[in-house]
Amino acid sequence: MSVAFWYAAAATLLQVALVALGGPLLVGLMAKVKARSEGRVGAPISQPLRDLYKLAAKERLHARHASVVLGLAPMVVLASTAVAVAISPLVSTRPWLSSSADILVIVYLLLTGSAAAALGGLDAATAFGGMGASRAMTIGALAEPALLVAVVALSVQSRTSNLPGIVGATLAHPDWVLSPSRLLALGALVIVVIAETGRIPVDNPSTHLELTMIHEAMTLEYAGRELALVSLGEAMRLGLLFSLVANLFVPWGISTHRTAISLVAGAAFLALKATVVALGVVLIEVRSAKLRLFRLPELLAGGFVLSVLAVVTGLVAR
Amino acid sequence: MGLYLSALGLCAAAVVAGALLPRRPRVAVAAMLGTAGCLVALAASLRVLVTGETVMYHTTQVLPFTGLSLSLDPLGAWFVMTSAVVGVAACVYLVGYAREGVASRTAMAMFMVFLLTLLAVPVASSVASFMFLWEMMALSSLLLILSDQARHGDARSAAIWYAVMTHLGAASILLGFLVMGAAGGGQEFAQLGVQASTMSPWARGFAFFLVLMGFASKAGAVPLHVWLPKAHPAAPSPVSALMSSSMVALGVYGIVRVGVDLLHGGSVWWWVVVALLGVASAFYGGLHATTSTDLKRLLAYSTIDVVGLVLIGVGAAGALNDSGLPGVAHVAMMAALLLVLAHAGFKGALFLAAGAVERATGTRDLDLLGGLIHSMPVTTLVVVVGAGSIMAVPTLSGFSSEWLLLQGLLHGFSATSTPTVIVMLLGVIALALTGGLTAVAFVKVVGIGFLGRARSPGAANAAEVAVTMRVAMIWLSVVAVAIGLVPGLLVAAVNRAASTGLARDSASPLDHGTGLVLTQLRGAIAPAALLGGLVVVMVVVVLLNTTMAQRRARRVDAWGCGRDVATPRMQYTATSFAEPLQRVFADVLRPQADVEVTHVAESRYYEQSLLYENRVVDVVEARGYRPIIDAVLRAGRRARGLQNGSINRYLALGFVAVVVALVVA
Repeated sequence: MSVAFWYAAAATLLQVALVALGGPLLVGLMAKVKARSEGRVGAPISQPLRDLYKLAAKERLHARHASVVLGLAPMVVLASTAVAVAISPLVSTRPWLSSSADILVIVYLLLTGSAAAALGGLDAATAFGGMGASRAMTIGALAEPALLVAVVALSVQSRTSNLPGIVGATLAHPDWVLSPSRLLALGALVIVVIAETGRIPVDNPSTHLELTMIHEAMTLEYAGRELALVSLGEAMRLGLLFSLVANLFVPWGISTHRTAISLVAGAAFLALKATVVALGVVLIEVRSAKLRLFRLPELLAGGFVLSVLAVVTGLVAR
Repeated sequence: MGLYLSALGLCAAAVVAGALLPRRPRVAVAAMLGTAGCLVALAASLRVLVTGETVMYHTTQVLPFTGLSLSLDPLGAWFVMTSAVVGVAACVYLVGYAREGVASRTAMAMFMVFLLTLLAVPVASSVASFMFLWEMMALSSLLLILSDQARHGDARSAAIWYAVMTHLGAASILLGFLVMGAAGGGQEFAQLGVQASTMSPWARGFAFFLVLMGFASKAGAVPLHVWLPKAHPAAPSPVSALMSSSMVALGVYGIVRVGVDLLHGGSVWWWVVVALLGVASAFYGGLHATTSTDLKRLLAYSTIDVVGLVLIGVGAAGALNDSGLPGVAHVAMMAALLLVLAHAGFKGALFLAAGAVERATGTRDLDLLGGLIHSMPVTTLVVVVGAGSIMAVPTLSGFSSEWLLLQGLLHGFSATSTPTVIVMLLGVIALALTGGLTAVAFVKVVGIGFLGRARSPGAANAAEVAVTMRVAMIWLSVVAVAIGLVPGLLVAAVNRAASTGLARDSASPLDHGTGLVLTQLRGAIAPAALLGGLVVVMVVVVLLNTTMAQRRARRVDAWGCGRDVATPRMQYTATSFAEPLQRVFADVLRPQADVEVTHVAESRYYEQSLLYENRVVDVVEARGYRPIIDAVLRAGRRARGLQNGSINRYLALGFVAVVVALVVA
């Protein structure tokens, strides 16, 4: 067992652990900041983690007409997100399977998770589940292309679609960060991340009003352990997307050398950067109102156009 | 060649068996011979793909004047393999499926003729052989569409559309070959290839576009696709599977064979057109697939979508080859070929599953299905695997090929010619957009069609189908999974097939470590390792679970907002599931909705009944084809005025015609 193996193993486990704990904490932090800005005290930042612990111990309840899918979907949501977390360049550029950490792999792993969540929503044969699934898939179908094309804009510069490759190339060329193509891609990614993590103005994570509900409607039939898995999966997805945005645009601090100290530093920097992104997103959240469902495509189309413009600018600037 | 010829022989025997045997043993014997033929053809094509040696055969016994020329090279072998893989499944499936019209002498014989031509078209190596087999393929599939008229009232109209489109296409292909042949003597493909270098660029371009029109219409490229969403649903399911995965792929084969191999690439603009056809097809097909509610129509549109992606790969390969990036061109071509094979696996499985659903429930309308996972678990699993593959879930087959396609497009950005770069950009956009649309379409198929509760008595009383049908579906699912999980197995073969006609590099640009690795460009995926990761996470979760809480879930009613009257009718339907997207893309889809409200007699504030109708028609057909058809019909009616039954007038008309002919000549 070489140094490279142990380093990759440590990086992978550290990433998964950090995002699994950090994702829910970010959710808690955002809720806290939101509450404070509304003049409330708000729940403690660790509340989402406590909720997960509580849910995991509760009784399992399945809807009468549901099939095995209801139980499997949360596992697929969690597993696809966890694998994406494990291989992405978050704490280090060299976790396990980092050569497979292609844009397309990450995007389609996320899409797999969305599809599984939607199928879980449809499985219980309720109107709410169908409504949530339909809306979530519609938004996903418009957001995922923008995500893919925005990262393609970065890979035009770095000539690889491998995410660690993009991060490494950015480290080697700091001047790329402020190139027009990057800035446009950043704009697109912010829109995508807000849509994918279900934040205002796309979705309101704290509502249970059927007219506006998107993600919550899909998870209505989950209880106990399954609800914990879905919630953890969603929180990890949020952590992953925030971290990816941070590392693709400001990669400094990520561990590139095979030393323990750089891993620890990488983890600290990642936590810091993801927190900054979360605070930025919450700033957008508290300052905007939720959009009407049928106004959303305009926002997402805007994101898509931005990402295409980013690619075009990148090609012209070459 | 002996091996391959014996495959054709077995299929020919299957034709005879289908035509002559009495009712009882007919289907079983013919299907067995057909399966054997496909398996032998599979072996023959694999041998060519492994050794890379081209085998040839010529006989004067079959076609008068010219004889039949066959040549099995790696490119042809790739498509023979594709047809054979689906052919095996279709034949096995037929044993349990064939009834009534589909089991008749004509239908069985035609099915086997269709199978034989699918295996033989990619091997034909002269214009006469190719056109003969191509037309046999068209005619046999046309008759097969008509074989199930009892069940499909619209089969006749579908058949007319198909007949007209396919014959116009064949005429166009023949004209293209004539232009190529006019450059010198000889109609063997080898001779055409030599002559092509002496042709003027304009003549070559003209020939290519004529041929492209024909092949693109067979491939179902928008706007020449109109026959496809009619013909696929009307045909019996094993026939739709063959049409969608093999016949449509042969359109792509024709473009590659003529454009890359015989005409040696030509100009970048040819390939820009091919890629634009691909972009239009991918987007339009994907969009219609999301809004379709007829399962087989949905699959037909999704075929158009995938063919679009394949054409993007072929177009990108051609353009890059002409722009001096042969290595990347090679990658794009490999992606296209791999996608053809992957599509054969998952779309074949999905069409067969659609047939199983129709057999079990009596309907293909997703709005009337639901809950089939409880009564048809095997079919549901097949559909989930197929849907996952087409949605490009990592580790399944659609993913490996789409990844390769993205690599080709991405590295194609370094080309210096602007049109090429634009093609790459449009390709990436189409790939991204269809990814999302396909996910919606197939979440809808699985979630509405197979999960939830039954929406009709037919769906409620469904039962799993015959064993042979299940075996056939599982075989194709295994193919779909295998291509995705261990794509490395096919690297050498797809490399040989894709290098036909392209400017060749010495080394293969693709290698297989634990998955796919690009050798000269930076990029790799390891699907098996990813699957390992997914499994590890799930196992960890299960282990944690078993230690934390009770294992079995208690069954309770779904939450009904305090009421417990949840009926199946309250579920979302396929139409309502796709409604938001239909609204988003209303400018392209042009949906027509009618609301009819009947009020009670006493007060107009109370409604007695409400009728809501929502239709999405094919805009290209309604706006592009209808006016032409109407004009032709009008002209026909007007020409009828010439005929009044009077012999004098006919003689006069004949006289005028002779005079005109003499003057003009």
